Amino acid sequence: MKKRMLLSAVLLTSVVTATGCVSTMDELTNIEPWVKPYERSNLADPIMSVNRNPVAMAYMRHVFEAREAARGADGGAGGGCGCN
Amino acid sequence: MVVLEVVVVATRFWIAAAAVWFSCNATAAVLPQDRSDVMYHSYSGDGVTIDGPSVMLRKKVGNKVSFSANYYVDAISGASIDVRAQASKYQEERTETTVGADFIHNKTLMNVSYTNSSENDFEANSYHLSFSQDFFGDLSTLALSYSRGNDEIRRVGDESFLEEATRQKLGLGLSQVVSKNMIIGFNAENISDDGYLNNPYRTVRYLDADSARGFSFTTEVYPNTRVSNAFSINANYYLPYRASIYGDMRYYSDTWGVKATNAKLGYIHTIGKAWILDAHVRFYQQDKANFYQDLFNRADEFTFMARDKELSTYSSFSGGIAATYEWQFSSNALVEKSTFNIEYDYMHFDYDDFRDATTGETVGEEALFGFSANVIRAYVSIWY
Repeated sequence: MKKRMLLSAVLLTSVVTATGCVSTMDELTNIEPWVKPYERSNLADPIMSVNRNPVAMAYMRHVFEAREAARGADGGAGGGCGCN
Repeated sequence: MVVLEVVVVATRFWIAAAAVWFSCNATAAVLPQDRSDVMYHSYSGDGVTIDGPSVMLRKKVGNKVSFSANYYVDAISGASIDVRAQASKYQEERTETTVGADFIHNKTLMNVSYTNSSENDFEANSYHLSFSQDFFGDLSTLALSYSRGNDEIRRVGDESFLEEATRQKLGLGLSQVVSKNMIIGFNAENISDDGYLNNPYRTVRYLDADSARGFSFTTEVYPNTRVSNAFSINANYYLPYRASIYGDMRYYSDTWGVKATNAKLGYIHTIGKAWILDAHVRFYQQDKANFYQDLFNRADEFTFMARDKELSTYSSFSGGIAATYEWQFSSNALVEKSTFNIEYDYMHFDYDDFRDATTGETVGEEALFGFSANVIRAYVSIWY
């Protein structure tokens, strides 16, 4: 039990440190982007979207999952280019 | 036990990490656009046809919340190789309903959803929670997700049969803008199952000198736990004209001994502003589970025994094409944009150690099994 609590505390501390609610997060979020907002028109085009048609994509994921033993990590990262 | 402990610690870690992430400041995240999709889907292969509708509605309420709902039906008819080898055709239906909501809080995006999947002999309920946040000047997006589900498994014709299983999923996703023409992504997912993981109808084949065919069938037996890890990378690249290429690769392994890899490569081409055309190929290969065999020496040869071809060694290829036609309307109109989409995929599966037991050839020397399938999606999408 002690071991688990210790492990959880270490992991959580590392997240707090990594995300740094204090000031690191501000620095990370305010970092100067090397692709400027006005340079993101290509990235914002629907043809660059991993999940352009969510219903069809979810269906194909289901088709493959039903016929393959492998599962998971088959979606997009849920991210984009911040240019919507 | 150790695995369970790791899963428990990892679960707490993810929840705590998500809470920390959620409480921190962030930047640009946006709610999904209001849209609706109505789709007809069809899968046909190995003597089985599965088709039905899928309807999705999504609507913002205010600036902070977007609600979504999806209704999906699989109408299944026919008889796959497993059924043809020992029983008769069957017909059944599965309905799946999902309701969800996306929230923006301090510009961090949070999603919660609930899904119910229902069949006459199977009931599954699952809950999903995810957070995503942009940082590094909106060039990176980190997503964390957690899902938990409970299954109730019944067997038609046996009122006393009732088994349960629980499933947990932990996901991590990172997408990164590399240049003004390229986005890459990384995903990792850990899935752990606990409980009755068999198919209550599926059987294993064993040598039986008393049978006219030389073999008989008995119920398969699976372990009660399964933990898997999958890692994938993907990339999208915008070409010098309005077109893109995309690809992904995934590596998978689990505690049943299955190892798999797959890769996909696609090209998207546009014609004018209205047409989007897509062509893609995908390869998949897997190595069998430790307890899989096409033919066992006797009914109780091992503690765990499976003859599910999805747990055997095999490879598959699929190739597909898709076309989208888009109508743009005024942004003041009730419907801002609409698309009609048609998508087709051809799939072929070749099994390395799953034999066709229906051929009547010498036991254990039957032809290796393989089959092809056709998959169609036709749908209309509207944005409003």
